[in-house]
Amino acid sequence: MRALSIALLAAVLAPLAMLGVPLTAQDSLPPAPYAYTQLEDPALEAQAVELMATLRCLTCQSQNIHDSDAPMAGDMRHQVRSRLAAGEEPEAIRQWLIVRYGDYVSYQPEVSSTTWPLFLVPAIIFGFGLLLLFRRLGRKRSDGEGTDRAPTSEESA
Amino acid sequence: MIAEIGLAALWLAAALAALQLFAGVLALRQNQDEDGELARLVRPAAMVQALLASLAFLMLMWCFAITDLSVKLVAANSHSLKPILYKVTGTWGNHEGSMLLWVAVMAMSGGLIGWLEKRLPVRTMQATLATQGFVALGFYAFLLLSSNPFERLPIPAPEGQGLNPLLQDIGLALHPPTLYIGYVGLSVAFSFAIGALLTRNVTPEFARVMRPWVLGAWVFLTLGITAGSYWAYYELGWGGWWFWDPVENASLMPWLAATALLHSTSVLAARDALRTWTIMLGVVAFSMSMLGTFLVRSGVLTSVHAFAVDPERGSFILALLAIYIGGSLAIFALRAGTVAEGKRFAMTSREGALVFNNVMLSAILGIVLLGTLYPLLTEAFDIRVSVGPPYFNPVSAIFAVPMFLVMAAGPLMRWREDKPARIQLELAIVGAIILGVLAVVAVLGDYSILAILGLALSAGLAIASFMPLRGRKLARVPLATWGMVLAHFGVAVSLFGMASESAFTTERLSAVTAGESQQVAGWNITLESVDPIAGPNWTAMEARVIAQRGKGEASVMVPQARNFWAPAQATSESALLTRWDGQLYAVIGDSAGVDANGNQRWQLRVWWKPFVTFIWYGGLLIALGGALAIIGRVSTDLKRRRAVLRGTEKRAEAEQLKMEKIDGYGTF
Repeated sequence: MRALSIALLAAVLAPLAMLGVPLTAQDSLPPAPYAYTQLEDPALEAQAVELMATLRCLTCQSQNIHDSDAPMAGDMRHQVRSRLAAGEEPEAIRQWLIVRYGDYVSYQPEVSSTTWPLFLVPAIIFGFGLLLLFRRLGRKRSDGEGTDRAPTSEESA
Repeated sequence: MIAEIGLAALWLAAALAALQLFAGVLALRQNQDEDGELARLVRPAAMVQALLASLAFLMLMWCFAITDLSVKLVAANSHSLKPILYKVTGTWGNHEGSMLLWVAVMAMSGGLIGWLEKRLPVRTMQATLATQGFVALGFYAFLLLSSNPFERLPIPAPEGQGLNPLLQDIGLALHPPTLYIGYVGLSVAFSFAIGALLTRNVTPEFARVMRPWVLGAWVFLTLGITAGSYWAYYELGWGGWWFWDPVENASLMPWLAATALLHSTSVLAARDALRTWTIMLGVVAFSMSMLGTFLVRSGVLTSVHAFAVDPERGSFILALLAIYIGGSLAIFALRAGTVAEGKRFAMTSREGALVFNNVMLSAILGIVLLGTLYPLLTEAFDIRVSVGPPYFNPVSAIFAVPMFLVMAAGPLMRWREDKPARIQLELAIVGAIILGVLAVVAVLGDYSILAILGLALSAGLAIASFMPLRGRKLARVPLATWGMVLAHFGVAVSLFGMASESAFTTERLSAVTAGESQQVAGWNITLESVDPIAGPNWTAMEARVIAQRGKGEASVMVPQARNFWAPAQATSESALLTRWDGQLYAVIGDSAGVDANGNQRWQLRVWWKPFVTFIWYGGLLIALGGALAIIGRVSTDLKRRRAVLRGTEKRAEAEQLKMEKIDGYGTF
């Protein structure tokens, strides 16, 4: 739905409407060898897919490089696959990309000075949820309100 | 002329929304139960407003159908050579048109309750319709003042600029309208909640009235999200079906809130408990719809900075959000104290399970909200943060896994208080299935934890969803219970599809010449030929791919790489081969040069996705369950009311004939 929503958005922001894949950019250069070709070794390819799914395509909107038609995503896939084939570790490749493009390129959640609320808030929600449940459910019914009555039609349904 | 009629209708509809608001407010202030002069205007105003807003929308559709290039919106978003279907559906494939659809749906929801809903006390109904008019008024103002869809060009354009090719698909005909009906249909729940709060009428009776409307919106929302997910899956050419994209999250958040709301409404209807909680969820659900509208329509998603440069529309919606969400929360804060929380219940009871899952759904909603808004907030301070599936999946699973477990047990429990020992056999069976699948899948392969959990939970949940039928005469099970069973089973089916797709998908990317074969998951895939073809507004390279499973019959798939010329853009048209146990998904890419013999090579991408279709079958089952529940609830309610009415009639024999005639209990 992402590219569709981009398309919907693009239609909204008519002058910027070239967020899709412009023809000219696509045809100008042949894609790098590993952009659309898998690695021979299935284990390495599995590592590549896992890594690519957590890397952001920088010219797209909310897309990872594993499923994007953008030329830049193709180039990045080539980098990932050829570096893996050359024996680099996936995390080393991620670091290399982060050094080049910044934290923004990685979807992998990491606690840092800019992302800590993403981890603190769920913890608070968790605590708050527990509190709410204990308050609502933890204590036994103290008042006898509505205890002795026949079930309504709704209840027996 | 057509555009002017549309514009006039829109202004009149806005005026009627204002009338609906003021008549409602004045009637409430006069503090009378019987119809006053003004009070009598509220319902007709809502109904006529619905007709006028629909008329305005039809007029815009007409402009698009005949490609009236003197209308700015048509010239900017349509093209005379587009197929007629996409001309018409293009009406809502742009900002102004989709906002017009938004207010038209809002007006129709208000018109429908004004016309059909006669079960509530007069005052609550007036407050509800006044709220509906108040919210609609803001969005009419937004359309008329900053997004006029009927604006004319001084000189008609010679040709339109065309519609984004990704949107030129049957998906555009189905997905936005269903989604919007659900999205904006939740405004009814919002108005009911505020109406009940203002008139201090939060009762089980009120919940029974609100329930079919909430269910209706929820069914459409479910269908809209399901359709959107499948559309993205086949249209984008990479086989993904959910991306945690902000625009998707904008539709998921109201769904989560509405799901919690309809369960909470059921508790209120059946047990007179959870009064404030239900009202709160009614407010939150539509607030999420409005927040989603802000995210999608303000341009803030493309870039926070682009939004800051041209903030007119965005600020307008933001102001509306502040008024409506802030206002409703203020009313809630002021009035919630006057609403008693309702009857109490034990932890181990059906209410207990429902409350637990309500909290879990709300927590997931909080996570999605945080993950969607946080990157926008930091971007405003020039810090760019990426929040994607690797964040959303595990963090929401923390709450989703306990929710699925409780969901398996909840429907088996009794209201008010129950002993777990009573259903220990059922719990043991479900637990054994979950642990069994968990063990088998974990031993058989190296899959992600979430996929394994998903497979195990879906198996347990699928069995558990039918357990409430155990020991009952099936013919006498109420329709609403069937609805619940089907919807819960649908969740299991969908979860199974998601887990299976994520765990078992196999992918084959290759550059092949005509005649060359590839193997993927037991399928033999041969590229037979690639030929140029032409459509009404595109040209394409069309591949003929022969797919054969083992020794089975061969099927032909024809994926295309299309080039549209207005606007100039390339799209991949995937080819799908559906089998009961999955889908084969093929895409033809660009030319990949020539091989050693000088033959042309093509990029071919093929996936085998086991049981991926279950994701959407599950969504359809959930919606079907919701529809059954509506029918069941409404018919039971009508029967009950008729019986009550008949009792009253017998007592008032003299009036009997008259009463029959004005037996005004509508179809809802």
